[in-house]
Amino acid sequence: MAELADLKTLATQVRRDIVRMVHGCQSGHPGGSLGCVEFMVALYGKVMHYDAANFDMDGKNEDLFFLSNGHISPVWYSVLARNGFFPVSELSTFRKLNTRLQGHPTTHEGLPGVRVASGSLGQGLSVALGAAQAKKLNNDKSIVFSLHGDGELQEGQIWEAAMYGAAHKVDNIISTVDVNGQQIDGSTEQVLPMGNLRAKFEAFGWEVLDMNGNDMNEVVNTLLKAKTMTGKGKPILILMNTIMGNGVDFMMHTHKWHGIAPNDEQLQKALEQLQETSDY
Amino acid sequence: METLSEPNTINKAAMKTYSFTEKKDTRSGFGAGLLELGRTNPDVVALCADLTGSLKMDAFAKEFPDRFFQTGIAEANMIGMAAGMTIGGKIPFTGTFANFATGRVYDQIRQSVAYSGKNVKICASHAGLTLGEDGATHQILEDIGMMRMLPHMTVICPSDYNQTKAATLAIARHHGPVYLRFGRPSWPVFTDPNEEFIIGKAQVMTEGSDVTIIATGHLVWKALQAAEMLSGNGITVEVINMATIKPFDGSTVLKSVMKTRCVVTAEEHQQNGGLGDAVAQFLANNFPSPIEMVAVNDSFGESGTPDQLLIKYGLDAPDIMQKAKKVLDRKTSQR
Repeated sequence: MAELADLKTLATQVRRDIVRMVHGCQSGHPGGSLGCVEFMVALYGKVMHYDAANFDMDGKNEDLFFLSNGHISPVWYSVLARNGFFPVSELSTFRKLNTRLQGHPTTHEGLPGVRVASGSLGQGLSVALGAAQAKKLNNDKSIVFSLHGDGELQEGQIWEAAMYGAAHKVDNIISTVDVNGQQIDGSTEQVLPMGNLRAKFEAFGWEVLDMNGNDMNEVVNTLLKAKTMTGKGKPILILMNTIMGNGVDFMMHTHKWHGIAPNDEQLQKALEQLQETSDY
Repeated sequence: METLSEPNTINKAAMKTYSFTEKKDTRSGFGAGLLELGRTNPDVVALCADLTGSLKMDAFAKEFPDRFFQTGIAEANMIGMAAGMTIGGKIPFTGTFANFATGRVYDQIRQSVAYSGKNVKICASHAGLTLGEDGATHQILEDIGMMRMLPHMTVICPSDYNQTKAATLAIARHHGPVYLRFGRPSWPVFTDPNEEFIIGKAQVMTEGSDVTIIATGHLVWKALQAAEMLSGNGITVEVINMATIKPFDGSTVLKSVMKTRCVVTAEEHQQNGGLGDAVAQFLANNFPSPIEMVAVNDSFGESGTPDQLLIKYGLDAPDIMQKAKKVLDRKTSQR
C-alpha cells in the first residue's frame, strides 16, 4: 500500500499524463479528468484489491471499478498504466488510430482494466449494480466501485438504478459522483439545476457521504470509511466535491476545458505548474 | 383464440407433410426453456421488467428466486444490470415486450451489451402484429432491423413453441449477445420437439423447385399453408424456416434459389430492415433473383385480433400465395 506522499506524487504525474495525452491527439476531456485525479489515484493505490498483472473480465474475488462518465478516460488510462495494467508508454497512443486507448473506454480492444464500454452517459450504475449482484450470487465478498459525473445524473437511467440498488439492498457497492458543477453547456446550475443531491439519494435509500475530492488525505479516509459501511443493507454514495481542471490554473473553475485540448504553449504552461516525475 | 378456419394438415404427395394437434404460444416455449435452463445451468439468471406472467418467466422465478431479478418498469436499468451480471460469469436472460426490449433501450444494448461483447440474452415477447388488441404502441415491427444492424448481435425468431424452447436452450450454450424474438398468440405447433436448435442454420421445411418462400416466426406456418395452396396449382414450393436471421444462412438460401430462381420472404415486421431486406441484400450480392416481400409496408399497426390484423396488413397465407404467383410471373418474363 502506497503512503500518502507517494499518492500525492503519483497524482502530479497523472496530471502531467492527462495534459500530455490530450495535447498529443488534440482532443479529449482534460477538465473532468484533472478533477478526479486524487479519487482515481487513491482508489487504485490504497483502496481496491485487484490483480493488475492477471487481469480477467470476471474479476472474481477482486474489487471492481466502473467508470460511468467515460469521457474522463485520460485519468483512468493514466492510473491504470501507472498501476501496472498496461505499459505506460501506451498512453501516447490515446485517441490515435488502432489504439487500445479509445476516446471513450471500451472492452472492444481488450485493454486490461476495462470491463464495459462507457461514454453514452447514465449506464454505468446499472452495470455496477449487476456486477455487485453477480458477486453476491458467487459469494464473493469484494466490492464494486463506480464513478459518475454530476451532469450525468440528469440521465433517467441513473435514478432507475438508484431505486433498484436501495430496494434490493445492494450493499456491496460504493458509487461516487464527481460534483464539479460543470457540464458542456455551462454550469449545472445554468443547464439543469439538480437541487439537493444528498437529499435525493437519501430519499432513494442510499447511505450518503461527502468528501473534498481534491484533498488526497480526505479522499483516502472517506473511501476507507465507505468500505467499512458496506454489507449493512444499503448501497453507498459519495458526493465528491472537486474543481474541474484542478492543478492547472487556467483550466480551473470553468466548463470551457470540459472537452478541448491545450495547444503547445498551453501544454508548457500546464506542465510548468506540475512538477516533473517520470513522464512516458 | 378462436378456432382458425384453416386446415390442420398440409399435404402433397411430393411435399413433406406438416400437421398440428395443438396450438401453443411461443412465449410459453421460452418459459419452458428457461425453466429447463434453471435446472441444468446454475449460471443462468433471469431479469424481468414487471412482465413475469406475460413472458412466462413465473415458473423460473418461483423455482429459482435467488436467480430471478425483478427490476420493475425500468428496462434501461435491466439491460445495464444484465451486462454487469455477465462480469462474474452469469448468463442473464432479460424479459420484456419486444418494443421495450429494443426501441426503448437501443443505446443501452448498443453500448453496454453489444459493443461491450456481453453474454446477455435479450428475450422479447409480444413482437409484431399478432400481439393484437393492445395496438400499435406495443406492436413493434422494427425490432429485427434494429437488432440485426448491431455488429455481432445474433438475431433469432423461432416459428412455434417447440422451436422457441429449443432456441432458448441453444442461446445459453452460445457465448455472446443474442436477441430472441417470440410472441403472444396461440399458434400451431408443427416442428419436432426433439430437434436441437442450431444457431445460424435455416431449415428446409418442404422441397420444391418452382419458388422459394423464406419465412420467419409465426409466418412460417402461413408459408406452409401457402405452399399447400400453390401445390394444388401444380407449383412446388421450397419453404425455408429462417429462424436465425443473423448470422444469415446464405448457403441454404443460395442452394435453394439457384434451383428455384425466385423468392418470396414472409415476416411479421416492417419491410425496411427485416428478413426480406437481409435476403435481398444477400441475393443482390450473390445471385440476383426476383424477390417479393410479405411484410408490413411502412406503416404502424392497430388494434384487432391477430387473425384480422394479419389479413388487413397482407401477412396471411393467401397474401404469400399471391406474392409467389407474382414472383413466378416475373421469373418467367425474365426468360
